[in-house]
Amino acid sequence: MDFINNYLLSLILFLPALVALVIFFLPSGEQKLIRWTALIGSMIPFALTLVLWFSFNSNIEGFQFEEQYTWYEAINSTLHLGVDGLSLTMVLLTTFLTPLAILASFGITDRVKAYMMLFLFLEMGMLGVFMSLDLLIFFVFWEIGLVPMYFLINQWGSANRDYASLKFMIYTMGGSLGLLLAVQLLGVSFGTYDLPQLYELWPGAQTLANIPITWLDVPTIKTIAFWAFVIAFAVKVPLWPFHTWLPDAHTEAPTAGSMILAGVLLKLGAYGFLRLILPLYPEQAQVYAGALAFLATAAIVFGAFAAYGQTDFKRLVAYSSVNHMGFVVLGIAAAAAAYGSNNEIWKASYPLALNGAILQMFNHGLSAAGMFFLVGVIYERTHTRDLSKFGGLFPLVPVYGGILIFTSMASLGLPGLNGFISEFLVVRGSWPILTVYTAISMLGLLFTGAYILKGIKSVLHGPMNEHWAQGEHKLTEINFREIIVMAPLMVLILWIGVWPAWILDVINKAVVSLF
Amino acid sequence: MTFPILSVIVFTPIVAGVFILLFPAERKTEVRVTALAAATFALLLSIWVYISYDVNAAGYQFQEAYNWLPTLGIGYHVGVDGMSTPLVLLTGVVMFTGVLISWGIEDRPREFFAFLFILASGVFGVFVALDLFQLFFFYEIAVFPMFLLIAIWGWIKTREYAAMKLTLYLFIGSVVSLVGALAMYWVAYQNTGVLTFDMLQLEQANFSEQFQIIWFLPVFLGFAVLGGIWPFHNWSPDGHVAAPTAVSMFHAGVLMKLGAFAALRVGIMLLPKGAEYWSWLIMAFAGIAVVYGAFIAFMQDDMKYMIGFSSVSHMGLVMLGMSTLNQNGLTGAGVQMFSHGIMTALFFAVTGMIYDRAHTRQISELGGMAKIMPFATIGFIIGGLVSMGMPGFSGFVAEFPIFMGVWQVQPWVAIVASISIVITAAYIMRNIRDVFFRPMPENLEGHITDVTVLDKVAIATVVILMIAIGLFPSVMVPMVQSGVENILRLLGGV
Repeated sequence: MDFINNYLLSLILFLPALVALVIFFLPSGEQKLIRWTALIGSMIPFALTLVLWFSFNSNIEGFQFEEQYTWYEAINSTLHLGVDGLSLTMVLLTTFLTPLAILASFGITDRVKAYMMLFLFLEMGMLGVFMSLDLLIFFVFWEIGLVPMYFLINQWGSANRDYASLKFMIYTMGGSLGLLLAVQLLGVSFGTYDLPQLYELWPGAQTLANIPITWLDVPTIKTIAFWAFVIAFAVKVPLWPFHTWLPDAHTEAPTAGSMILAGVLLKLGAYGFLRLILPLYPEQAQVYAGALAFLATAAIVFGAFAAYGQTDFKRLVAYSSVNHMGFVVLGIAAAAAAYGSNNEIWKASYPLALNGAILQMFNHGLSAAGMFFLVGVIYERTHTRDLSKFGGLFPLVPVYGGILIFTSMASLGLPGLNGFISEFLVVRGSWPILTVYTAISMLGLLFTGAYILKGIKSVLHGPMNEHWAQGEHKLTEINFREIIVMAPLMVLILWIGVWPAWILDVINKAVVSLF
Repeated sequence: MTFPILSVIVFTPIVAGVFILLFPAERKTEVRVTALAAATFALLLSIWVYISYDVNAAGYQFQEAYNWLPTLGIGYHVGVDGMSTPLVLLTGVVMFTGVLISWGIEDRPREFFAFLFILASGVFGVFVALDLFQLFFFYEIAVFPMFLLIAIWGWIKTREYAAMKLTLYLFIGSVVSLVGALAMYWVAYQNTGVLTFDMLQLEQANFSEQFQIIWFLPVFLGFAVLGGIWPFHNWSPDGHVAAPTAVSMFHAGVLMKLGAFAALRVGIMLLPKGAEYWSWLIMAFAGIAVVYGAFIAFMQDDMKYMIGFSSVSHMGLVMLGMSTLNQNGLTGAGVQMFSHGIMTALFFAVTGMIYDRAHTRQISELGGMAKIMPFATIGFIIGGLVSMGMPGFSGFVAEFPIFMGVWQVQPWVAIVASISIVITAAYIMRNIRDVFFRPMPENLEGHITDVTVLDKVAIATVVILMIAIGLFPSVMVPMVQSGVENILRLLGGV
């Protein structure tokens, strides 16, 4: 037990890779064996995360379960891991969604072995980002996650996958380029990549040792580096106008790939804002909080409009991610604007906004994964995602219809379900700080309702499309395995909606000491 | 007397090459087995050197020195430091894998392996040479067989042109360097009264600053031609394309390092003041090579040309690291030489396997290789990730310190050079997608077979190295650093 407690984070982090290696040595023909190994293997990190969750002390500020190992001594980078309430929530989300996504992929029959291995490596990459307390290690895992995702889209995706996967890769790598350079800038200046140290050194730095830039003053360099970070994370979130890779990637990815992409990968960007930008660039973030709020509002409004305009079910859900992630960034912008303020109302409000933003990350992870899975369920049966080809399917598939409405309502923000709590917190926290943007965003919420109802109406209601009613095209009900995938998601959606305190307690402490 | 391990490594290939020539021409299998045995032996010895190299002890290790022509001060002096030890290992690996993937050569394998091994001896000789004359001697030994190997076994369409172009470029480069070396020899004699080519003594020869400034460029650039530095890189892609697979592997994998290494050893280490004076120019050339090479590679349809220009880009990074003259940059350059060596050898090996089966290297005419040769596909993908500088693989471990080093000198260059990362990702990903994953063209259907077991062994060897260095930088970086400290001492303390 001591062993597990001492190495808990590295166990959670590297177990997926270990399971992937085990799968590598299984015979490719044994598809069933491979699937079950992947599923059970991915549940071990989840079980360990539960251990982590319950032994985590949410009354302590700062990082817990820290581990540090030498990695790249020559440039002073160490494998430094640790979690606070923010990371812990994200780790939980990742290890919780991955087994579900693997279960959702049991229908895959083409090269199951490679598929499952890529999935587990993807999980490791994402977990690494959430756990790392070293800037270089953060970047390492940030980039590593790209490769499996690229191949998942490129190999198991639908018709336009080549275009979508390359676009995803180039967008994200191009976006990360500035991040890479800024990371180097920090590392060269201070001779360390350790985040806790950089938190101390960088925000107050007046001079940059080792960097012979004389034609720009340090505040300007910091501003440029700030934007380099922002763009890298904005591409991933994605913020308008950096979002155009997302609908393509989501639409072409295999179902489980979309689940993870929307459920966890987008959170990496928001996590970067919280873990790196706010603590490292509090002043710059405050100066440009208005710009961030503008982009976030644009994402909320345009995302909602774009989703409403889609005729492809999966694209509709994809644009809804742009819309929902906008609220996360709105909350972050509000917190950034309140930095160092003496205004009592602001000081009281920004923690609410941040709590809401982080909870929204978690909630969107649940509902977006669920929505993409449900789109995948119907696509598998009908081989179309065109909304106009559906219609009136509720009587044919009542259970599926019920689940779809439930998940959609979570996405819409119905009180009693999780989305309401987090969006309310964001809006409540941002209102005094960024009143105009928040007001516009709330109008955006109206359109969220519109596109979600449009989606439900086109699929489930209206005159029944007889094509699916009988004969060889007869639509079959959601099966047991698929219900098992949805059940944990629905339980959590309802649970957080009714009683959010258990998770907000963990988040809140991290928020207060974030920067 | 201790076992003269470096000499054994240097002369194993050439002795084996001569021995192979004694075989009757039709005993092809025996020739191949002998070649493989010799290559394995050299590889094991170079692994031994690598493992028993003492990182904590400064200076050159495994030294051997004999007089050869004492009146002229020419000796036989070998030894390795932290810079050259990885390169010796690299040569061992490329030689071993090169023999494995050349197993199928049916056209005069006896002569092919003999020339290849003479080439290998020359390469080993340069990496361990501590005597300037000896360095040139082995340098020419390494270059000359290239001409024959390309002209006889090369791609029929361009081999004569490419062989001639390559040889002329490299000979002119080395002659220019040789003039510089002779100048050093005479000036050192005037300064110290000792006639010597021994580089450890030339390091102490107190060359005047003016002398160093005048002679640095000819010496450095003369060697750097072989390193593929822009604007003298033109021979290199042509040479790569025309050469048979194993020779391309040697050429890009090892020979280009020979140029970079000699430029470092002779140019920077013997003329440090000159290096400091001219470093901006080298950095400019290297920076252009990095970005320009990537763009040109992006435009290629022939896989070998693409890899050839990507080598120009990646060797540009080596030169970029060297031009920083600081710890990070030089360390990165050292690791990048190794990393690029195995990566590009892997690229050429897989390209050769595809060409042997499909008889075309045009990306637009290929497709669907992943289904038939999955193992080679995985190998190529991992090589591609190394090339893109993806974290977790050796390329990242090498490129990151190079960029850090450049930041310390010229931040703008780091920013501009980083563009190459995205371009590289684009052409590598496109190549992987087109050649391996899109549907196979109909005319190739049924003609393609999987790679052989020997090919797989070769691929696995380099892939393991790439991942090992990527995950655990400490298997190589401290060693390179120990060599860099020596260079920094010369730069700071002359």
